[in-house]
Amino acid sequence: MKEYDIIVVGGGPAGLAAATTAAKCNANILLVDDGLQLGGQLIKQTHKFFGSTEQFAGIRGIDIAHNFIDEISHLSNIEILTQSTATGFFEDGVLTILEGYNGNRLSKVKPRRLIIATGASENMLSFINNDLPGVYGAGAVQTLMNVYGVIPGRAVLMVGAGNIGLIVSYQLLQAGIEVKAIVEALPCIGGYWVHASKIRRLGIPIYTRCTLKEVKGKEEVESVTICNIDDKFNFIPGSERELSVDTICLAVGLSPLAELLWQAGCEMAYIPELCGYVAKRDENMKTSLDHIYIAGDVAGIEEASSAMVEGQIAGLNAAASLGLYHEKYRELNLAFHRQLLQLRHNEVSESITRGIKKATL
Amino acid sequence: MRIQEHPILHFKPGKKVSFIFEGKKMEGYLDEPIAAALVAAGIKVLSYSRKLKRPRGFFCAIGNCSSCLMKVNGIPNVRTCITRLEEGMIIERQC
Repeated sequence: MKEYDIIVVGGGPAGLAAATTAAKCNANILLVDDGLQLGGQLIKQTHKFFGSTEQFAGIRGIDIAHNFIDEISHLSNIEILTQSTATGFFEDGVLTILEGYNGNRLSKVKPRRLIIATGASENMLSFINNDLPGVYGAGAVQTLMNVYGVIPGRAVLMVGAGNIGLIVSYQLLQAGIEVKAIVEALPCIGGYWVHASKIRRLGIPIYTRCTLKEVKGKEEVESVTICNIDDKFNFIPGSERELSVDTICLAVGLSPLAELLWQAGCEMAYIPELCGYVAKRDENMKTSLDHIYIAGDVAGIEEASSAMVEGQIAGLNAAASLGLYHEKYRELNLAFHRQLLQLRHNEVSESITRGIKKATL
Repeated sequence: MRIQEHPILHFKPGKKVSFIFEGKKMEGYLDEPIAAALVAAGIKVLSYSRKLKRPRGFFCAIGNCSSCLMKVNGIPNVRTCITRLEEGMIIERQC
């Protein structure tokens, strides 16, 4: 059975940062990802990142992904396995991976340390006919348009005015697709004003205290009924409006994709501020199990910028725990922690900081 | 349908390949996900649910949700959103 110093599960921003950082500490690494290509959600993000230069501000997500992939191709101690799903981590230290055409080949590998950076899955919303073709998660719409150049539909209702809802609406417009409206159940827009303003300037209405009630259609979405809601999220009768759309895009939040951590037996906690069940961890991203580290959305829903820094922390410290100290270990670890503090030093991140406090061992 | 012009992105698709969907010959690009090729060809219904025969379409695009499971070259339950299109594939709805 092949053995590795570190196996990183998930090739998104957190996993890429963890793998490259650990590789620079001379660890030999396997990076496993279930997608067709590395990059996770970065490969569909056409907008420029915020933050400071250390966190790639001013660079588009898609270019950040390419930079990482390019960097990895020069690091001979990272092996890549795409289209492969890590399915379990067992008492004897074996990680099982499904590979090949539709996952019909099982392989076993043995990591000395495991970094789980599996990201998140999109939340569903309950409404009539929410299973009809034409109802998409926001990530899927981004994949179709921005990665493969495929038009998901002609006229879209966006559900959710957080950053994802706002950014994807703008990307739909860039692709020449009509956005009929954005509905948001909360009384205010959750995303940054800079994104909301762009949308409003283009004349797209953003309805707050409003949600979708029903989708109509036989084989696929043909129209949608939206409706205002009161403070208790009940529909207000008589406020229904029908919009003619063929696509519903759901941007109603994400949940940490933590199955592997549950299965491996990490101590878990439900933390609303982090959007679901997460593994408890120390400040260096080590879980309750000494050989398992976490980074990115699986540790709590946040942004790609902080996911990358968490990945760097996990990679640096997982390697250090094997005696593979980076020559500037202390300096780098302090710098990464300082960057995280900076990224979280704003109003929006207050609840995240509160959540992380609860999740810290 | 496909995006013809985009202010930021330039799409460099692979070579054109043909495949069979429900007995009909169709075209897509090599190595794009099967489900993306189908959506581009105007196919929104990818399967029908087992019990109530409700139509199922593309939903998550990252292999998590099971909404895009189809029969590919006779193999059922292929996650078509993360399986690459190849020349001559035979793709069927499953129910």
